[in-house]
Amino acid sequence: MSVINNLKYIFFCLLTLNHAYAASPNQASMLANTCAACHGTNGSSQGPATPSIAGISHDYFIDAMTAFKEDDRPATVMNRIAKGYTEDQIKLMASFFSNQKMNPTSQNFNSAMVKAGKDLHDTHCEKCHAKGGTVSEDDSGILSGQKTPYLRYTITDILNEDRQVSRKMFKRLRNIHQQTGQKGIEQLLHYYASQK
Amino acid sequence: MTKQSRRLFLKLSLATASSSLLYAPFIHASTSKHVVIVGGGIGGSTAAKYLRLMDSNIKVTLIEPKKHYTTCFMSNEFLGGERDFKTLEFAYSGLQKHGVSIIHDRVISIDTIKQTVKLSSNKSLNYDRCIVSPGIDFKWDVIEGYDETIAQSIPHAYQAGQQTLTLKKQLESMRNGGTVVIAPPANPFRCPPAPYERASQIAHYLKTHKPKSKIIILDDKEKFSKQKLFEAGWKRHYGYGTDNSMIDWVSVSNGGHIESLDAKNRTISAQAQDFKADVINIIPPQKAGKLAFATGLTDNSGWCPVDHKTFESTLHKNIHVIGDSTIASPLPKSGYAANSEAKVCAAAIVSLFNDRDVLQPSLINTCYSLIAPDDAISVAMVYGYDQGKIIKIKGAGGLTPMDAADHMRKREADYAHSWFNNMTHDIFS
Repeated sequence: MSVINNLKYIFFCLLTLNHAYAASPNQASMLANTCAACHGTNGSSQGPATPSIAGISHDYFIDAMTAFKEDDRPATVMNRIAKGYTEDQIKLMASFFSNQKMNPTSQNFNSAMVKAGKDLHDTHCEKCHAKGGTVSEDDSGILSGQKTPYLRYTITDILNEDRQVSRKMFKRLRNIHQQTGQKGIEQLLHYYASQK
Repeated sequence: MTKQSRRLFLKLSLATASSSLLYAPFIHASTSKHVVIVGGGIGGSTAAKYLRLMDSNIKVTLIEPKKHYTTCFMSNEFLGGERDFKTLEFAYSGLQKHGVSIIHDRVISIDTIKQTVKLSSNKSLNYDRCIVSPGIDFKWDVIEGYDETIAQSIPHAYQAGQQTLTLKKQLESMRNGGTVVIAPPANPFRCPPAPYERASQIAHYLKTHKPKSKIIILDDKEKFSKQKLFEAGWKRHYGYGTDNSMIDWVSVSNGGHIESLDAKNRTISAQAQDFKADVINIIPPQKAGKLAFATGLTDNSGWCPVDHKTFESTLHKNIHVIGDSTIASPLPKSGYAANSEAKVCAAAIVSLFNDRDVLQPSLINTCYSLIAPDDAISVAMVYGYDQGKIIKIKGAGGLTPMDAADHMRKREADYAHSWFNNMTHDIFS
């Protein structure tokens, strides 16, 4: 191989390599980009209510979409939308959104409520929603920086037994609610709203 | 390859690799493709941003005469008195941050053979591919006594901006006990539920400020989008169907078709009878935007035929058309659809530039209508592609259930506002 040919080859590789660097469109982004108008670009919601889905656990995403698809979870539009996708398409979207980073927008909160909410979180929630609810390890939902109205709807649905969650989670939430009432729930929401 | 030449090869590879990192922009300057986007509305602006996100090697120029875009969606909430007009306005600085060049000028013509776009400043731009997103234009010659000049005082408010402000002002200066006529066109037209959301929002305003007033909808159709949900909502909030209803709907078979307008006396002649009104909102029949006609992108229907996989015009090569002006049925002419189409089109252009297979399109439309504060309804659909056409995915989509609980309708209102924030952020930021 001549030096010139080597150079040509290297140049060719570099050109193709450079194109590969761009977030080139693929079937996963084709599916996921259509979610942005409600859930924000790449899944980080501007609020006030629609949840962010960036950084969501891969399996939690699949569970949620499957539940919507089967009308097993209270929904406004998501049950109608989830029915439009095959299992494979849902997996592609799960891989897309689980690889995004959530960029929370600022929400209103009250410092005293935040302090009380943090105590409640540490006592009742931290074991599964680790690191202040900032991570989606163990396929738990990210609570930190998540949109307050969405979390309020979710907790209401769980307490009313309209939405099925693990027995453990239901019991813990019910305990918080029995011990502290709606105020305790609001304190938790202020805590999650305060985090970025 | 001998041992020595392999070593030389490696050395050269490393040398070229490091230097080419430094000179990478130079390499691309010679190969970089140029996309010119005409029209900075929902379709054009989304395409500009997503082209840059998908392939930053592509040079993107957006041409739009206006310094701000005013969204038509949620402008009804402004008419209802529940939204500040400023929240509907968006500047183009967000797109510049993505490396989009913005030229505030008017396009005079597109030469589809030489692939150039000519601006009113006489400047000419070459393109590899052009995206035209011209929105809608109105058919002015169908209602006697009504034209573009009269529309300045009898506003359509169907391209948001001054028109919306004029209509709002007229509603504010109307007497208590006045009559508002809304006259929606026959299909197809932009945002099919919008005239009925408008009736709802104006009813909300009148109920709060001028409760003796009335709205008459003179329709050129037999049925309309989300009809049962709207009518149930009007019944709930505005006495629909009773003697005291704030809203009356006259279908085309009941004489809703408008024949002429006497602008001076604010009298509108419908097939059924004449109506004297205090405020008249005629939403004229529509066709593709002017530039689509001037460029020869329209067919006999007055809209633009496109390939449903790439949104490339079927009439001119290397020109793509997106948004309300396209023939993309079963997709509606809506903001969400334009946003979805723009992303499919951008992905197709990136694939075509890189000689890759064009991806299978996937699209969504979700459209909320606010009947009253804290009470919204929606229609949603997922779209795929089969045998050369965009199709609805069977079993998906549909309307808010008729029996949805109040607290779920409140959630829809919260999600409607979130939709507005995320949608506009996705387009302009």
